[in-house]
Amino acid sequence: MTVFLLRRLLQAAAVVLVMSLLVFLGVYAIGDPVEILISPEADQIERERAIRALGLDLPLWQQYLVFLGRALQGDLGRSFVFNEPALQLILQRMPATLELAVGATLVALVIGLPLGLYAGLRPHAPVAKGILAGSILGFSLPTFWVGLMLIMVFAVQLGWLPSTGRGETVTVLGMRWSFLTRDGLAHMVMPALNLSLFKTSLVIRLTRAGVRETMLMDYVKFARAKGLSPARITFVHVFKNILIPVVTVVGLEFGGTIAFSVVTESVFAWPGMGKLIIDSINVLDRPVMVAYLMIIVLMFITINLVVDITYSLLDPRVRLEGKS
Amino acid sequence: MSPPTLQVRNLRTHFFTRAGVVRAVDDVSFTVGRGRVLGLVGESGSGKSVTGFSILGLVDPPGRIVGGQVLFQGQDLATLSEEAMRRLRGNRIAMIFQDPMMTLNPVLRIDTQMIETVLAHAKVSREEARQRARDALGQVGIPSPEERLRAYPHQFSGGMRQRVAIAIALLHKPDLIVADEPTTALDVTIQGQILAEAQKLCAESGTALIWITHDLSVVAGLADDIAVMYAGKVVEQGPVAEVLDAPLHPYTVGLIGSVPSRNRRGEPLRQIPGMTPSLLNLPAGCAFRARCPRAEARCAEPPPFAEYRPGRFARCIHPHGEAIAA
Repeated sequence: MTVFLLRRLLQAAAVVLVMSLLVFLGVYAIGDPVEILISPEADQIERERAIRALGLDLPLWQQYLVFLGRALQGDLGRSFVFNEPALQLILQRMPATLELAVGATLVALVIGLPLGLYAGLRPHAPVAKGILAGSILGFSLPTFWVGLMLIMVFAVQLGWLPSTGRGETVTVLGMRWSFLTRDGLAHMVMPALNLSLFKTSLVIRLTRAGVRETMLMDYVKFARAKGLSPARITFVHVFKNILIPVVTVVGLEFGGTIAFSVVTESVFAWPGMGKLIIDSINVLDRPVMVAYLMIIVLMFITINLVVDITYSLLDPRVRLEGKS
Repeated sequence: MSPPTLQVRNLRTHFFTRAGVVRAVDDVSFTVGRGRVLGLVGESGSGKSVTGFSILGLVDPPGRIVGGQVLFQGQDLATLSEEAMRRLRGNRIAMIFQDPMMTLNPVLRIDTQMIETVLAHAKVSREEARQRARDALGQVGIPSPEERLRAYPHQFSGGMRQRVAIAIALLHKPDLIVADEPTTALDVTIQGQILAEAQKLCAESGTALIWITHDLSVVAGLADDIAVMYAGKVVEQGPVAEVLDAPLHPYTVGLIGSVPSRNRRGEPLRQIPGMTPSLLNLPAGCAFRARCPRAEARCAEPPPFAEYRPGRFARCIHPHGEAIAA
C-alpha cells in the first residue's frame, strides 16, 4: 500500500508537470490579454510599461520558467483583472462549487441507487419502465433548460424556493458555506437538483444494468439455495457487487461536476468556480485560467486515487501493488 | 413407516420462451430414501439440472413447474409459501452447484458466506455460528480452517472452493442434498476424494443424495439407484448395478458404449449417432427414435414408462432384454 501510494505520488507529479506545460501553451494560444486589458487610448509608453509589469515582454519559455518557479512556492500568479493572487481567488469560490457538487452527487446516489435497484429487480414492472424512461429524459434534457424551468415553477410561480445566489452563509475553517444554514440550504436545493439530473440518470442505468447482470450469477442462485432472505441477497450479495462500477463512474462524474458546473452556476447565479473561469476566459485573465486548470488536474488525480482505494475495499481481487 | 425423504411424481417444468414452450422436464418421477444415493444421468440439455432446481423451487422465469408433485418427507413442496421454502432451503434441503468458481460471491469473505447460512436457519450467536463454520470446513478436509475463514474465494483453488460449497451445504446436516455435477470441473484425484466423502456422509447421517452427472463411471461407484434422462424424460430407472450390467433402453446402451472400457481395448468407441433433439420441437412418440438403431414405425407412438422386470423401469416398447447383449 505504501509503495503504491509513493508510486502514485510520483506519477501525479509527472502528470502535473506535463499538464502545466500544456495549459500554459494552450492559454498562450487563445489570445493576447494586452488587447483587452489595456485601454486602446493608452499610448505606447504606457502600453510597454503595462506589458513589462505583467511579465508579458519575456519570451514564452522564460514566462513558463518564471511561472514554474513561483508555482513551486505556492504562487500561481496574480489575476490581471482583480490584482489578487489567482489561487486565493479560486479558493474563495471553491466552497460554493464544492458543496454544490457534493450535494448533487449525494442526491444522485440517494435517488439513483434505490430506483436503479428496483428497476433491476423488477425489470418488467410498469414502474421500472417508467423509471427507465425518466432516466432517458435526465440524459437528454439540456441542463440550462431544466434549470430555467425549475426557476420558473418553484421560484417564480410557486415562490417556494429562492432562484439566485448562495443565501446566508456561515464561516467554518475560514471558508463560507451555505449548507449549514436554512436559508443557504434552500438556495442550494434547485441548483443541486439541476446538477444531479444527469448523474441520477447515470446511476439508475448503471445500477439497473449491474443488478440484472448480477442476479443471473450462480452465486446469487447459490445464496438462494442457502435459504438466505431476499433482503440479505439484494443488499449484501448483489449490492456490494454493483457498487464497483458505480463508484468508478460517480467518482469521475464528481470531478467533472466540480470542474465544469458552469451552466448550472450561471443559470442560478451561484458564485462558484465555474462562473469565475468563464469570466476569466472572457477577459483572457491568464493566471486565473492556468491556476484553475492546475487545481482541476490535482483534483482529478486525487479523485482517481480515492476511487482506486475504494475499489480495493470493495473488491478483494483488486490489490494495490507497487508493480504495474 | 415414515415416508421416503424425497418423492418426485410426474414433475413437469416448462420454460415459456418467445420461440415456444421448452419442456425441459416432462413427466419425471423417482424416489430417494434415507441414506440412499440416486444418480441422475443424461447428456447436456436432458433436463437433469432443471429437475434439481425444481426440487428446491429455484426455477427462474420464464421457467415454471407446471405439473406433478415434489414430496419432501411426505409434504408437497408446492403447497409451501415462499418463506417456508426459504426455511427448508439450505437447512433441510441443500444444493451443490456445478462450477465452484462461480458459486461463491467474489466480494464476500468465506466466513461471511458461511456464517450467514448458519444464521439464516439457527438462532445462535455469531461466535457460535463462526465455530460451526470452522468445524464444517475442517470436516471437508480444508487445512487450518480458522485462517481460511478469513480468506476470499479467489484465494482458493477450484477444488478448495467446491469443498467450501460442500461445507456450506453440510452446515445444517440436511436430509437431502442435490448435487449438480459437483465434480465435473475438478481434476480426478479431487473428484475421488469428494465422492468418498459424499458416500461416507450418506452412510453416517442418513442424508439422501441426488447426484446429477453425465459421467456414468461416477454413478457406478457412488449411487444406489440410477435414473437416465433423455430430452426431459426419465427413459430408464433401476438399481445401478443392474442397469449398468443389463440396460433396457437403447439410449442407456449407447451411453454405456460411449465410455472407454478395458474389456474393449483397441475397438473404436461406440458413439450414439446424431445429436440431442431441440426441446422446442420434439418429434412425436419416442424422442430417441431418430438416433435409435432399433427404431420402427410403432415408435412414433409415445412409449409407456413400464416396469419390465421387478424394480426396472424403461420407456421403450422393445426394451433390450435377453435378446440383445449390450
